Amino acid sequence: MQSHAHPDDLVIEISKVSTRFGDHVVHSELDLEVRRGEIFALVGGSGAGKSVLLREMILLQRPDSGSIRVLGVDLQKLDDDAALALRQRWGVMFQHGGLFGSLTVNENVGLPLREHTRLADALIDEIATWKLAMTGLEPKVGAQYPSELSGGMMKRASLARALALDPELLFLDEPTSGLDPHSAGGVDELVRKLRALFGPTIVMITHDLDLLWQIADRVAILADGRVQGIGSMPELSRMDNPAIRQFFDGPRGRAAQQQEKRQAGGPGNGAIARPSSKPR
Amino acid sequence: MKPKSVAPAAIAQPTPENLTLSGSWTASGIGAVERRLESVRVPSKTEAVADGARIEALDTAGAWVLQKLLQRLRDESVVVTLRGLRPEFAKLLEVVAQHVTDPGDKPARAERQSPTALERIGRSAEAAFEQTVALLGFVGESAVALAGCVAHPARFRWRPILYNIRSAGFDALPIVGLLSFLLGIVVAYQGADQLRQYGANIFVADLVGLSMLREFAPLLTAIIVAGRSGSAYAAQIGTMDVTEEIDAMRTLGIAPLDLLVLPKIIALVIALPLLTVFADVLGVFGGMIMARSQLGVGFEEFLDRFVKAVSVTHYLVGIGKAPVFAAIIAVVGCFQGFRTQGRADSVGRQTTRSVVQSIFLVIVADALFSIAFSALDL
Repeated sequence: MQSHAHPDDLVIEISKVSTRFGDHVVHSELDLEVRRGEIFALVGGSGAGKSVLLREMILLQRPDSGSIRVLGVDLQKLDDDAALALRQRWGVMFQHGGLFGSLTVNENVGLPLREHTRLADALIDEIATWKLAMTGLEPKVGAQYPSELSGGMMKRASLARALALDPELLFLDEPTSGLDPHSAGGVDELVRKLRALFGPTIVMITHDLDLLWQIADRVAILADGRVQGIGSMPELSRMDNPAIRQFFDGPRGRAAQQQEKRQAGGPGNGAIARPSSKPR
Repeated sequence: MKPKSVAPAAIAQPTPENLTLSGSWTASGIGAVERRLESVRVPSKTEAVADGARIEALDTAGAWVLQKLLQRLRDESVVVTLRGLRPEFAKLLEVVAQHVTDPGDKPARAERQSPTALERIGRSAEAAFEQTVALLGFVGESAVALAGCVAHPARFRWRPILYNIRSAGFDALPIVGLLSFLLGIVVAYQGADQLRQYGANIFVADLVGLSMLREFAPLLTAIIVAGRSGSAYAAQIGTMDVTEEIDAMRTLGIAPLDLLVLPKIIALVIALPLLTVFADVLGVFGGMIMARSQLGVGFEEFLDRFVKAVSVTHYLVGIGKAPVFAAIIAVVGCFQGFRTQGRADSVGRQTTRSVVQSIFLVIVADALFSIAFSALDL
């Protein structure tokens, strides 16, 4: 990962995007850039427009104005063939899995391969089983239906499907929501391992402060329709913008920060703990 | 990694001990070469060299296929060395190698043996039996809940009852009215030819009156309502089951039967007879119009004859069937809704079943009524 972003190294370029639902303004002239190979996190309160922005990036929704370029392709000027080609270059893991209930887990994971390549069925089954193993699921899980899985397994299976075509860009929507702390820790590990293996760019939406401190290279905080701050977690924790302070100064925010500091080898290494302002 | 600009994967064997790999070994590129790999043979107990320098792209699918090839050759006791692979590809191949060799990772294919005809008959008989027992159980539960409500009238939920009367009854007036009007026209039209041959034009009032009031109006209305409301009941309850709303209701101490089922049954038992009366009127009106235009029987003559030919008994026989049909439709719709099992496609299946079963049972009940009424000389 380069520290100086060359235009070619930008995987996602969002400029002046505005979105409105009736009178409700979700984004007003929002700008955002994601660099190649980084783990990028979008955070913000409920209703800050994170999910809408994600849906706009993956062609599920169009902004009212502004431009979005993903993997060098302008999403506003896209015909159907180009959209299909682009969709094969990214993978999306949905918050609730989005697995097809009528297919087994293995068939779910193999579906992108079956649809978009000419590989033999037996080979697709093998690859799907391996992708499941890569996300930490036993081969026997492959024969089950999504309704038989626990929440954590569902997320892993959904991730395995997102990885089916070896995407350059991986979108994760709330990868740890609804998981117990142990499984959530497993997701940290998994994301880190995937990056080491394939080096995809990872864009995620999350509220999980531990996940942010542990694996995110850069974090953008969304509020009032704009990006309020962007940078690594230590950088953000030194900023004074109230929307950002709100995020760090809650009791949970401080706890995660303390823990990170202990792991990083005591104070002075990362952020300086602030005297607690009023907890919200 | 631009899959479009590179050549598909290829393998060549200039000499028996040399393999040359080239092109893009990716999920979209290996389609053609994958089947040919089976036939690549290298004399055993030799040292072979695979040259990977011209591989332009490699992803997990390609690495998997490549590693399987190497594995097979090694199993055939060929010493293969892979040369010239780019470092990042080599790393990927190494990761794949751990999994290909791992015998625990055999793909889990769902073992499905196609059952024999006898087994299939047995299974569906068992399923039908199970469902019948469950339906009877549901009827019993609903009856107990209804008895409880009658004993404690405060438990009745009037709002949902009134709401259901509107949505299943009032809102269905246009479609029921239109279809029964058309049916009245059809009946009179079909009878017109026969009656004219015997000069018995006036008997069109008997024909339309008896058939509409006794049979067609109740049956037609029940079938429309089964398709319209029975399916809606099943889909609503099924979706609520999927989204855990039913469970939430139980934990809040609200009996789903009281809130979801009884109002629907009561509302439909009230609404369906009323709809049937409406269908009677519109059906006979359709017949009257046809009688005047085809048989020259005016409205006044028609009604004169109608009063003589059709007794109140016929009318009540038709209306009397409606509450029974209503109970069948509502109970079957709700029952199938509750049998939904946690998946979106299950909601669809149960909805279909609710419509098919309720129409089936309505027609069976109608046949039983006919037998009973003829035995009673009604």
